[in-house]
Amino acid sequence: MNNAQIEIQLIAVIVAAACAIPGVFLVLRRMALLSDAISHAILLGIVLAFFVVQDLTSPFLIIAAAATGLLTVYLVEMLNRSKLVREDAAIGLVFPVLFSIGVILISRFAGDVHLDIDAVLLGELAFAPFSRFEIAGTDLGPRALWLMGGILIINLTLIIVFFKELKLVSFDPGLASALGVSPVAIHYLLMSQVSVTAVGAFDAVGSVLVVALMIAPPATAYLLTDSLPRMIVYSVLIGMAGALSGYWVAHSLDVSIAGCMAGMSGVLFAVAFALAPRRGLLAQALRRRRQKWEFAIAMLVIHLFTHEDLPEAESECRVDHLTEHLAWSESFARQVVERTVDSDSAVLEGPLLRLTDSGRAMAREAIVSWAPQG
Amino acid sequence: MNQTASDNALEVRDLTVAYHEKPVLWDIDLTVPKGILMAVVGPNGAGKTTLIKSVLGLLKPAAGQVSIFGRSYETSRPLVGYVPQRGSVDWDFPTCVLDVVLMGRYGSLGWIKRPGKADRDLAVQALGKVGMDKLASRQISQLSGGQQQRVFLARALVQQAELYFMDEPFQGVDAKTERAIIDILKELRSSGKTVLVVHHDLQTVPEYFDWVTLLNVRCIASGPVTDVFTEQNLRTAYGGRVAFKSQIAAGTEAEP
Amino acid sequence: MSLFEVLQSLISDYTIRTVALGSATLGIVSGALGAFAVLRRQSLLGDAISHTALPGVALAFLLTGSRLPLTLMIGAGIAGWIGTLAVMAIVRRSRIKQDSALGMVLAVFFGIGLVLMTYVQRTPDAGKAGLDKFLFGQASTLMTRDVWTMGSIAGVALIVLFLFWKEFKLLAFDQEFGTSMGFPMRIIDILLTTLLVAAIIVGLQTVGVVLMSAMVVAPAAAARQWTDRLGLMVVLSALFGALAGVSGAVLSSLTDRLPTGPTIVLCISAVVLLSFLFAPNRGLVYNWLHGFRKRRNLAMDSVLLDLLELADQHGSRRHPHSPDALRSMSGNPLAVDKTLAELHQLGWVVRTEPGLWRLTAEGELQANRRLQELEVTR
Repeated sequence: MNNAQIEIQLIAVIVAAACAIPGVFLVLRRMALLSDAISHAILLGIVLAFFVVQDLTSPFLIIAAAATGLLTVYLVEMLNRSKLVREDAAIGLVFPVLFSIGVILISRFAGDVHLDIDAVLLGELAFAPFSRFEIAGTDLGPRALWLMGGILIINLTLIIVFFKELKLVSFDPGLASALGVSPVAIHYLLMSQVSVTAVGAFDAVGSVLVVALMIAPPATAYLLTDSLPRMIVYSVLIGMAGALSGYWVAHSLDVSIAGCMAGMSGVLFAVAFALAPRRGLLAQALRRRRQKWEFAIAMLVIHLFTHEDLPEAESECRVDHLTEHLAWSESFARQVVERTVDSDSAVLEGPLLRLTDSGRAMAREAIVSWAPQG
Repeated sequence: MNQTASDNALEVRDLTVAYHEKPVLWDIDLTVPKGILMAVVGPNGAGKTTLIKSVLGLLKPAAGQVSIFGRSYETSRPLVGYVPQRGSVDWDFPTCVLDVVLMGRYGSLGWIKRPGKADRDLAVQALGKVGMDKLASRQISQLSGGQQQRVFLARALVQQAELYFMDEPFQGVDAKTERAIIDILKELRSSGKTVLVVHHDLQTVPEYFDWVTLLNVRCIASGPVTDVFTEQNLRTAYGGRVAFKSQIAAGTEAEP
Repeated sequence: MSLFEVLQSLISDYTIRTVALGSATLGIVSGALGAFAVLRRQSLLGDAISHTALPGVALAFLLTGSRLPLTLMIGAGIAGWIGTLAVMAIVRRSRIKQDSALGMVLAVFFGIGLVLMTYVQRTPDAGKAGLDKFLFGQASTLMTRDVWTMGSIAGVALIVLFLFWKEFKLLAFDQEFGTSMGFPMRIIDILLTTLLVAAIIVGLQTVGVVLMSAMVVAPAAAARQWTDRLGLMVVLSALFGALAGVSGAVLSSLTDRLPTGPTIVLCISAVVLLSFLFAPNRGLVYNWLHGFRKRRNLAMDSVLLDLLELADQHGSRRHPHSPDALRSMSGNPLAVDKTLAELHQLGWVVRTEPGLWRLTAEGELQANRRLQELEVTR
């Protein structure tokens, strides 16, 4: 591994971590698509600022681009409030306009702007090591590393300082305002973070793939944990894993690094979606299966319990009567009976099912837990 | 009793509906004879809407059977009309009152065929019944809550059903609309139709309905109002959570 | 280039005519289907579908080596469909909400698409595969056979939309009621979503995957402002889509370095802006003027009624009153003088001596009419 490769991986990992942090709150607050809008709209800010300062490395670009991101959020909210369209349509109307203007400006003045369409969509992670950060002639490493490192530190600091407020606003905005935490202020704080992060990551991974890095790792983490601090940590780790594995896939196939990073975040999500311990498809299927039987057994013992010692018990507790009374198919009823007997909740006496003591206890328990509260 | 199945508009046997492992409706047995107005009452979360939805096939029950006029819901579907909760649709949808009412005809029209003159006449007639004929071409977003409910009622009327399910038709409507709806319910009953209404206001049950079902996950009681709308049954259904005005119970409590 | 020359080239120039026909087709079909997407709050599903189509285009090319529009569109369609199913599966089978599912599927599929594109560009014989145009669209590359393909897909989609109009309306307005009447609403939902996928792939070559979503959302959002009827909304949406498609595509193919997709987006966005501002009933300007008129009428009514009340108190309709008395009764004292002047112009009040006003006979009639109206509505 040469020096440039190490630097690229380092940048990739830091970009992924910086994106994942605000992404957690976007996912929790159901605003994931605002990141899509912001990451597209900042292109216009970058282009316009470039016309003014004529320098692609100027910090002014970041400020202007972040301001465009906030403008996008504001425009979406304004349209939404006007009741002319709903929020989803508002997002879908605002960012294409700003993005289109940006793309047209780039194409028209392609000779003057050192930005091309490929860079907009893909970023230039492979070239990142060529742009160095130098102070007084000393090479301190790639510029992108410093920039994204700085953004990562800012994101971390803001999350730690405003953790309580962010949490409150994400889960209960009403309570937050009652406690004097302004949801609007926190909202714009978060949106500023998203904008600044998107601008920083733009160079590395382009405008569309930022969305993958912001949304996919937190969504994956959301399948793995219920605790907010853990979700943040998992998101960062998953984002980093996606970035590293993406880099190596790209390296071995000689294709776009950014594209592979997005692709690998998707793969990691797919794995969690299928196999997550409690929320994965597999776990869900197993649980549903178990619940189906548990529920059926509970229905059966309750049925036996309520008809026990009554004159109609002779007919109600007959195995061949269950299909009729519980509206089960014959084979299903047979299996339920088998499982009930296996669990020692009931015994078969000829055609009759009789509850055991543990079956009676189970029925009582089920009746209590099924009964409506109140 | 020697009743044949088809004497009942609706028979529900052993109906259990569960989300995850907890039942929302549990072992419901319900018989609704033809030609009655029945209120379904119970506290929030008692499963009233779930009952209607699972009978209509909108939810899949865990166990149980439903028969309508002695046959399965699939076969009896043309005999069933439905008034969903008013809040279940987007009232800003670009359409007019008459158009919404015409949707009630879609079921009997079947695939692809469009409503014709006869359907339109039926819709106008139904709008007349609910006192909305002058607003037929009005955009639905300009309707008041009561008017929205009347539109839904008219839509159910053009279904020309024998058995109607109505989910909280009195929710948030003005007194005039409530009166109008109840008049229509009584008219439906006198023409031999059966109506099952999810209802919230216990005080009006004896006045509006002749049968009542008290529901709270289980079916607490079901029968003529004079028999089952007792303080004891209400206490069982509502637990300790609702303080009853004693006159409701006192006024309707049947002899022991 | 003058407008006349543009129009002339539309008729005579083969390329321009092809471009116009193609972009009109895509505008019509995406506008019509977009109306349903917007009404069903699925505006951004179009964004996801168009982005997920990219790997489909690249894979179709890689697998078949063909550049035929139909092949690429089928690839795009299948990928778009898979993307949609992925979004639905994620939302149904996990706690991930619609917005996250859409954003993630969109960006991940797009990333995979870009990877495949860079791969395609490296394969020796496919260097000039021309798949680039699927990013931002390139109307000038449209050929007659492309337009035929687009037209056929669009035609089928529109016919299906027309046939199942009633069912789609039911789906968009009240799905559960539809189920209760026995319609298989899930299947109708899948059918409508398939039509949306078709509408999007028709436009990909011209508008590009990145911005195609705007052609789904914007015409419908504009059309909604002008009408309260679904049928008219769909027709208007299709018209707006066609208008923006043709003007954007022609403009872009006549101008150097003007990418088609963004140009079409700016055209349709102009239509949206005009609709938001000037549409009757809903437009902002209309509401502003209407609100102004309403406020003015209210002010006039209240001064009229106040004068009537003062006259009644004095037992004589001819008794004049000072603006001060009116000011003390009015909710908006500052406007009293202005309102009196307006009423004077109408001839409903008259100044008997400096600073004193009374109702004219006409004014009294008007005031009594307002009073009656108030009592009726009360």
